[in-house]
Amino acid sequence: MQKITISGFGGQGVLSLGKFISYSAIEQNLNTSWLPSYGPEMRGGTANCSVIYSAEEIAAPVIDHPDILIAFNEPSLDKFENAVKKDGIIIINSDIVHKKTTRKDVKFYEIPVDTLAAEINKRGANVYMLGVLLPIFGDITEEAAIHAVEHVFESKPKVIPSNIECLKAGIAYMQKLLK
Amino acid sequence: MKKLWKGNEAIAEAAVAAGCRYFFGYPITPQNEIPEYLSWRLPEVGGAFIQAESEVSAINMVYGAAGAGARAMTSSSSPGVSLKQEGISYIAGAELPCVIVNMMRSGPGLGGIQPAQGDYFQATKGGGHGDYHPIVYAPSSIQEFVDITYNAFDVADKYRCPVMIIGDGMLGQMMEPAEIPPMRDLKDLPNKDDWAAYGHSDGRQRLINSIRIEADDLEQFCNRLFEKYKVIAQNETRSEEYLTEDAEYIFVAYGSVARICKAAVVELRAHGIKAGLIRPITLYPYPSDVIAKRAKSAQVKKFITVEMSMGQMVEDVRLAVNGLKPVEFYGRCGGNVMMPADLVKYVKEGK
Amino acid sequence: MKIVADKPKMLTDTPLHYCPGCTHGIVHRLIAEVLEELGKVDNAIGVCPVGCSVFAYNYFNCDMYEAAHGRAPAVASAVRRVVNPDNIIFTYQGDGDLASIGMAETVHACMRGENITIIFINNGIYGMTGGQMAPTTMPGEKATTCIYGRDPKVNGNPVHMCEMLATLTGPAYIERVSCYDVAHVLKAKKAIKKAFQVQMDKKGLSFIEVVANCPTNYHMTPLESMNFVKEKGCTFYPLGVFKDITKEDK
Repeated sequence: MQKITISGFGGQGVLSLGKFISYSAIEQNLNTSWLPSYGPEMRGGTANCSVIYSAEEIAAPVIDHPDILIAFNEPSLDKFENAVKKDGIIIINSDIVHKKTTRKDVKFYEIPVDTLAAEINKRGANVYMLGVLLPIFGDITEEAAIHAVEHVFESKPKVIPSNIECLKAGIAYMQKLLK
Repeated sequence: MKKLWKGNEAIAEAAVAAGCRYFFGYPITPQNEIPEYLSWRLPEVGGAFIQAESEVSAINMVYGAAGAGARAMTSSSSPGVSLKQEGISYIAGAELPCVIVNMMRSGPGLGGIQPAQGDYFQATKGGGHGDYHPIVYAPSSIQEFVDITYNAFDVADKYRCPVMIIGDGMLGQMMEPAEIPPMRDLKDLPNKDDWAAYGHSDGRQRLINSIRIEADDLEQFCNRLFEKYKVIAQNETRSEEYLTEDAEYIFVAYGSVARICKAAVVELRAHGIKAGLIRPITLYPYPSDVIAKRAKSAQVKKFITVEMSMGQMVEDVRLAVNGLKPVEFYGRCGGNVMMPADLVKYVKEGK
Repeated sequence: MKIVADKPKMLTDTPLHYCPGCTHGIVHRLIAEVLEELGKVDNAIGVCPVGCSVFAYNYFNCDMYEAAHGRAPAVASAVRRVVNPDNIIFTYQGDGDLASIGMAETVHACMRGENITIIFINNGIYGMTGGQMAPTTMPGEKATTCIYGRDPKVNGNPVHMCEMLATLTGPAYIERVSCYDVAHVLKAKKAIKKAFQVQMDKKGLSFIEVVANCPTNYHMTPLESMNFVKEKGCTFYPLGVFKDITKEDK
């Protein structure tokens, strides 16, 4: 089971990264839930979502202590870093977040996903992040993630190839880092 | 094949599958995906969608469509459902079948748009004026939303009464895998020739009406309505029990909160505390018998009703427990959601 | 140093929550400037709607009411009965609030000729709830509840509020303005000032419609949305004075 909190500014692809994970999980016949935050304003402010996948039935869709926190901006790191469970993982988008976690009992990864993705697709940072997550998850295949990307971009087939490229680059980046 | 569905859209598609062809609604957060989805989906299957000028109008459109024999639905969120109450009372009075969805947000007044369960009284005790109850379902997962919506139209037709499905912003907005049941053939739906007013030419008037000006007439009608509620209670009451057999601490919760309680039960048991959960699936009729039975178990130390409100369902739990065991209440409101850890702490500290 | 431009005293320091490029902020400022110029800052009473401007009470420094969706004119009518006749009373409402759910309240306040001012922001869409069709969505215009564009045969026709209300005896002054460029912002200010003047003169109800934008739900840049208002909005909803009893008096 993985409990993942993803947070950032609206427009950073926070909610769709969560959807990518859920769709990937479904591809592998796992249970999953995707719970977005929602607010009154159409624009601006922060967005976050709670994603869980598991072979077991998912009881609460809310997450009090995530296994993994992905922070796309500083307020998100401030807000959620203390909730991450002991020995959990915090990943920041270091293009935007210019500080480190205060936690000593978690694994901390600073990844400039905007810069890395921009070499392939300027809007591909969240798919790149999906790639980064796969080696950490260990139980979601690249194939399932590709299907998820294809599914989410069903109505925009033109952007699928470059997003898959971002995904693969993200996987390669993290595999190298974990070695 | 299971697909990832957003709660609101899953309800909409399940309604279409159930043979609902008419939907009337008005924008309000957090249920907008239901009217948005049906605005294009219903015309695809030969149905119709009207964005009404208000919730008052929308529920009266349901009165019209249901009166004409169609499967009709409306949805809204708390303040909008308040506006519908007059119409729901008329629908109950005219014995029309329909489905009403309430994705609850926090109140009173304009309140907030975050999830809440503050409409329990309104939903289960009638809501509008007069002596009536809608049948009220409270699903707790997207698949259950689908299955209950699909079934709700059958139940409404069978008893000729309004059925309300209540969720909250969390369930409406979240996504989970779900499978939509097969599309009903409209030809297989119940025949309503006997009472529906769709322009018969057989010389017998069908009247859709809720006025019974003579006291005796109205009393007779209410007696009949409540006889019907007895049958509904016998046939349709539904609940789920989770690890209650040996439980010493029993949570009672519905909808999304029941899932948070379920997670708390698992955690408490991991700490050696025997916790369990009773989850009413119908809120009217209320599964009082299930609660009463557990209240008689010697090992049960107490019941803890958990709601996203200041405490509404807890009154029905107290009635069911009838003084046999303590009934406590744990609630959050204003759009705040309790976490499983909060409930674990509550039980541990109060032990 | 000399201050050459300042924020009207009637506006608070609360940052506006509106989307970039939205004209709510401009109209808020015009109302504040006008009431300041008329010396009415201290005794104005505003009624907010439900919709994007639901939080307008955070931005205006005067006494404010938050009404139920569409009911602002009813609330304002009663407030009018209770407070001093010299208090300025205004409602600030969007198209869904004023012309859909609140149509009855709007029409009846106008029929009664209440001595209040209604500021009506018409951008042809439900903004806050995410872009549903409004009673003023133009034929062919897309919304989330008419994704192929408004088809009057399926979705009904839009309403021209100024033209309709001008047929009533009650209203004293009705004008439609816009804010898509500086000249029109100045014209809008003049109209709003006249509307409040009519109320101060106890002539009856004044109604100002502002043909406005919604870049977010039009899926346009702020500039594109302004051009849309100029070319499409103000063609379908022509600007001008639809009723003015102060002229008829002369």
